[in-house]
Amino acid sequence: MITIEQRAEFRKHFRNNISSRLVTDKIVKGIVFGCVLLAIVPLGSIILEIVRNGVPVLSIEFLTAPPGAVGSADPGGIGPAIQGTLMLIGMSSLIGVPVGVLGGIFLSEYGNNRYGNMIRFFNDVLAEFPTIVIGLFAFAVIVLTFGYFSIVAGMFALSVIMLPVITRTTEESLKLVPVTYREAGYALGIKRSVIILRILLTSAKSGLITGIMLSVARVAGETAPLIFTILGNDDFFSGFDQPMDALPLRIYRLANLPYDSATAQGWGGALILILIILSLNVGVRYLFLRKRGGGGRFRITAGR
Amino acid sequence: MEGVADLESQQVDKMEMLTKTPFTQKATEEPQYKLIAENIVASYNGIEAVKKVNMKFRDRAVTALIGPSGCGKTTFLRCLNRMHELTKSAKVTGRVLLDGQDLYSNREDAIIHRRKIGMVFQKPNPFPTMSIYDNVAAGLKLNGVKDKKITDQIVQGCLEMVYLWDEVKHDLKKPGMSLSGGQQQRLCIARALAIQPEVLLMDEPASALDPIATQKIEEMINELKKEYTIIIVTHNMQQAVRVSDYTGFMYLGDLVEFGETKQIFENPRNEITAKYVQGQFG
Repeated sequence: MITIEQRAEFRKHFRNNISSRLVTDKIVKGIVFGCVLLAIVPLGSIILEIVRNGVPVLSIEFLTAPPGAVGSADPGGIGPAIQGTLMLIGMSSLIGVPVGVLGGIFLSEYGNNRYGNMIRFFNDVLAEFPTIVIGLFAFAVIVLTFGYFSIVAGMFALSVIMLPVITRTTEESLKLVPVTYREAGYALGIKRSVIILRILLTSAKSGLITGIMLSVARVAGETAPLIFTILGNDDFFSGFDQPMDALPLRIYRLANLPYDSATAQGWGGALILILIILSLNVGVRYLFLRKRGGGGRFRITAGR
Repeated sequence: MEGVADLESQQVDKMEMLTKTPFTQKATEEPQYKLIAENIVASYNGIEAVKKVNMKFRDRAVTALIGPSGCGKTTFLRCLNRMHELTKSAKVTGRVLLDGQDLYSNREDAIIHRRKIGMVFQKPNPFPTMSIYDNVAAGLKLNGVKDKKITDQIVQGCLEMVYLWDEVKHDLKKPGMSLSGGQQQRLCIARALAIQPEVLLMDEPASALDPIATQKIEEMINELKKEYTIIIVTHNMQQAVRVSDYTGFMYLGDLVEFGETKQIFENPRNEITAKYVQGQFG
């Protein structure tokens, strides 16, 4: 037994530099805060610049009309590009989300073996692939086979880009679900597949949705693979075998034109693209996460 | 709701009790209090979990806190070493005096004082990446103890105090998580003892353990109280009877009754206490 005198003796070996530790604490806090500011400055200035330059060109016509003739007095709008981007996001999610989520489930629940490791490795490689290469791949597989540029080729390329991101985030968020949930499910005599789909997926929902939105935001801004797949078009959607326009592509084209009106429209397009991604993100989160009690605030459970 | 009304009417009794009884001390000997909690009010999100609790803890004695779930026992315990305020949206007012010095007076002193108040949690929580030795030595190393000999001496001393030394002396390099649940909990107690505390707060330390491991912990508490002031939260009333000298019964955030354990369990003065210790609710 260590007596109280011995304890006082032992305690003398402790460093009692509390005030200097508190100073260090303040300094580190300052550095952290400074880094946050440093990270926010570019983001803020980009958004500010886009809003400042983009807002003046906004109008109903800009949002709905097809582009006018290059260099003419009537610059038209970016209607087909908005339509194309929305369609591409929807269609590529249709393939990318289910395949990605199921892939993630496989890796997390059934992938603790050689095959799982192999798939995980190739999935990671795919995630780091330059998107332009994926665009070329879609060009070779879809465009050359069918003989025309089309929104289907674009969808194919974008869903391939979405896949690895969703797979990875699904796997990671499933792995974060405490093992006790799984055990509680088994203890209730629930089938493994049902546990995965009804207990684990709902517990991991917030992580899943973050992953999906991340990948949506990523493909919504992709330009390079679209050049080889949907090509670009001045008209609205007219069939799955026709070239199609999309916002990033349109912004790229407009920014390259030597007319002030075109540049201004490019800013407007960039603003619209950001707004689409932002509202999708907020909307999806609201739809899927609002029912959760406490809004996901983390709290140290104090017991009773 | 009836219970609340009861409480109101008994407030006066309660205060009397606290000031006069239960410590029927000889007039010559001033009772020695190690830790004194004054007017502790603790809240989460503005909801009061602990309402103006006053309590004095005797040196070298075990004080048990009992009460139904959600009555504020753990919250109160966490106020005693300023752990409560670490939770988001939690607030505390009042004073906690350790040897007459207020823990809540300033932050700097609080860190020094907190070293004198060790805490053991409900579930064993050894640091998962550390060995048995490193788990016990963690508080020493991170508080700037560089002397290897002193560290060795303290680690062995603390492991001996929790009766773990003989079981692990050849496996000190093994991960702390490799131990059984009961051993892990004793390891955590050794870790708490290593920073040389004078007060030991235990939050249901045996509720996750089997009877044999529980018995070991209780034996250890009986041994430790010769040198330490121990405050233990427990749901197990038999445990309170077995290990504690004084018992406080909390209900809905109030300290309803506080006195010698024998008196609380055999001759409670308050109706709610009586019902609770007889197992009529809770």
